[in-house]
Amino acid sequence: MAHSTTAAPSGSSQGESRRDFLLIATSAVGAVGTALAVWPFVHSMNPAADTLALSTTEVDLSKVAEGMAITVTWQGKPVFVRHRTADEIKMAEEAPLSDLREPTPDKDRVQKPEWLILVGICTHLGCIPMGQKASDPRGDFGGWFCPCHGSHYDTSGRIRKGPAPLNLVVPKYTFLTDSQIRIG
Amino acid sequence: MLRSVITSAALALALGASPALASGGAHLDKQAWSWDGVFGSYDKAQLKRGYQVFHDVCSNCHGLKLVAYRNLKEIGLSEEEAKAVAAERETKDGPNDEGDMFNRPGKLSDRYISPFANDQAARVANNGALPPDLSLMTKARVGGPDYVYSLLMGFADAPEGFKLGDGMNYNKVFPGNQIAMAPQISDDLVTYADGTKATADQLTKDVVSFLNWAAEPELEVRKSMGLKTMIFLLVLTALFYALKRKIWKDVH
Amino acid sequence: MSAPAFNNKIIKWIDERIPLFTVLEHSTSSYPTPKNLNYWWNFGSLALFALVIMIMTGIVLAMNYTGHTSMAFDSVERIMRDVNYGWLLRYLHMNGASFFFICVYVHIFRGLYYGSYKAPREILWWLGLLIYLAMMATAFMGYVLPWGQMSFWGATVITNLFSAVPVVGNFIVTWLWGGFAVDNPTLNRFFSLHYLLPFVIFALVFLHLVALHTSKSSNPLGIEPKGPQDTIPFHPYYTIKDLYGVGVFLLVFMGFVFYAPNFFGEPDNYIPANPMVTPPHIVPEWYYLPFYAILRAIPDKLGGVIAMFGAILVLFALPWLDSSKVKSGRFRPVFKWFFWLFLADCFLLGWIGGKPAEGNYIPIGQAATFWYFFHLLVVLPLLGRLEKPLALPASISAPVLKEKA
Repeated sequence: MAHSTTAAPSGSSQGESRRDFLLIATSAVGAVGTALAVWPFVHSMNPAADTLALSTTEVDLSKVAEGMAITVTWQGKPVFVRHRTADEIKMAEEAPLSDLREPTPDKDRVQKPEWLILVGICTHLGCIPMGQKASDPRGDFGGWFCPCHGSHYDTSGRIRKGPAPLNLVVPKYTFLTDSQIRIG
Repeated sequence: MLRSVITSAALALALGASPALASGGAHLDKQAWSWDGVFGSYDKAQLKRGYQVFHDVCSNCHGLKLVAYRNLKEIGLSEEEAKAVAAERETKDGPNDEGDMFNRPGKLSDRYISPFANDQAARVANNGALPPDLSLMTKARVGGPDYVYSLLMGFADAPEGFKLGDGMNYNKVFPGNQIAMAPQISDDLVTYADGTKATADQLTKDVVSFLNWAAEPELEVRKSMGLKTMIFLLVLTALFYALKRKIWKDVH
Repeated sequence: MSAPAFNNKIIKWIDERIPLFTVLEHSTSSYPTPKNLNYWWNFGSLALFALVIMIMTGIVLAMNYTGHTSMAFDSVERIMRDVNYGWLLRYLHMNGASFFFICVYVHIFRGLYYGSYKAPREILWWLGLLIYLAMMATAFMGYVLPWGQMSFWGATVITNLFSAVPVVGNFIVTWLWGGFAVDNPTLNRFFSLHYLLPFVIFALVFLHLVALHTSKSSNPLGIEPKGPQDTIPFHPYYTIKDLYGVGVFLLVFMGFVFYAPNFFGEPDNYIPANPMVTPPHIVPEWYYLPFYAILRAIPDKLGGVIAMFGAILVLFALPWLDSSKVKSGRFRPVFKWFFWLFLADCFLLGWIGGKPAEGNYIPIGQAATFWYFFHLLVVLPLLGRLEKPLALPASISAPVLKEKA
């Protein structure tokens, strides 16, 4: 089939420049409009109002005996609450900072030394480290051990060995009473 | 007007009580609402008053389960007030560590806890009638807020010869003209904190406004965003038109 | 087709291996389009624009929708209340369906007036009808998803149409439901198909365009272009004209989305589905009303269903029912009047479809149904033989040239 061609409309150079200006202005406004129209689609995939409203969790500590740990859910993620023994606190406090990949003293990671609160997600690729149950392996440093790729965390939840780059995250929390905390 | 209402009611009964016909024929008392029109918006003080009516009166029988307690902050309740309202009722949660379900007071993140555990319980407590959930009431009826207003104000003595069912009440706009709900609105039903005189008309307008907010909480954002969008589109379309004229100038 | 020369090396490299850019250039840029298309020709591209809006909003809505009878209604309300801009996306989708149909109806009636279905465009017309059928199915299943009263009872009534099929009717209906009433299995399969069919529509639109670019666009004069002087390249002429159309379309569409979002909806669908109570006056969405009127005009279950489906299927035969050699209604003085009568008849059917089946509505609906078929099956074949068309211009450019001279 023949490809028909039509001569481009001839216009004065003045007309051309006015058309150029119009073209640029229209394209610019159209581009801005398109960009603005995309935002509702993108933003609809961010957490919704009801999801955000669930952003705090309250935990009763009275039932967690020394040496025990519990896992609670906060924003859909596991949070480790460990009631540390005197030995564990000592190990965490005495670890030399020079041995740490992300050097943070233990006192900056706890509000009360016996209570260690951590987001239980390995900073490597998001697996849940083991060490919450007495029967779990706790790795070489008595804290947690991630079975996916072999990261070892100490009794302050700091990374000591393996591929993970950072310490386990300490979430924002407040003590409502001596035996109750609110996470988030 | 009254005659047409009665005629349509009689017609509806004659046709085996077809509610669509009856409500279609009934005259609604059209009100001027603050949110009407392109620039309309809610009156915050009115919504708060309306909430007081809903809370003190309606919520004893009707649910509002699509509205969360946290949403009440949007109509001017403080965080503490909203928390206090949430804690008035208990909801089932669990299981706890012992494996038991338990009741706990409502939280801000909960949706409005209904007065009855389920529809059956609601019927038993209400003489067999089911008080509908009010979350979407102004969107779910022909006439919307005007219908709800007219219904609340539409109670009257049954005309002579009208056979009213047991425990039923005569209403000018309700389909079939008999409704299980008793008249609720009367002057000074509640005492407004902001000093507004609580006439029956005022109370009804306030609670309908609140219910409209409950059904369309996005209304204000929608209208303001709409205005910006329309202005933008006018500019864009004008540019398209100018460019089209320019490009087509030489085509014959 | 000669390949256009591309200056960009990467584009050239790709195009030599897969001619994407050549195809794109031929179909969206240099495509020779009759230069006399009027604004009624904008509605095809507008329909495509509406389809894209529907698919985009639909995908993000599906991310937040729950297809279960106990959660569907509340999940839609959660979209309206809690999901960021969820109300906007949902209202765009809800009203978008109506506007998609408006564009397609204008597009169809434009085709009817200008005889766009005639040779060599029969397959183009068929593909358009298939798109329309797929749209009807998609819209019907989409309307079920919010699981309100109209959703539930619409689904019940429409699926029950198939029970009119002799012998196997009830088996078909049970199979459609996946149970013994419209219930969770029905909702789930409707959700699945509602997500699938738009992509089928998209594929059909692609074929529609392939057929269009093979037989080329028709035009208001109904005579084929005689040479380059009768056509102009699609770009920039029709790209900008279509964009201007999109601007006007968006102004009207957004007016409804932001200021009357429930105009096309039914209040009853804001009541959660209740299988124990039928709303007193159930009506389908407006775009089905003419067919609903035809269904009810026939006082026989099977007959009504056949008439309803027949009303659409008969359109497939239109290229042969219309015996006139002249395409455009502009040159058919008698046809013109019958066209407007037919259009009015379709509006009348739509109006009747929204009224209860009682009193005078019944005979009016029957008369309108009769005329619908009479027009297509009797008037059109006879008109082509009896009517004396006006003289056709020699070419698309001819009338303009004559005026100039």
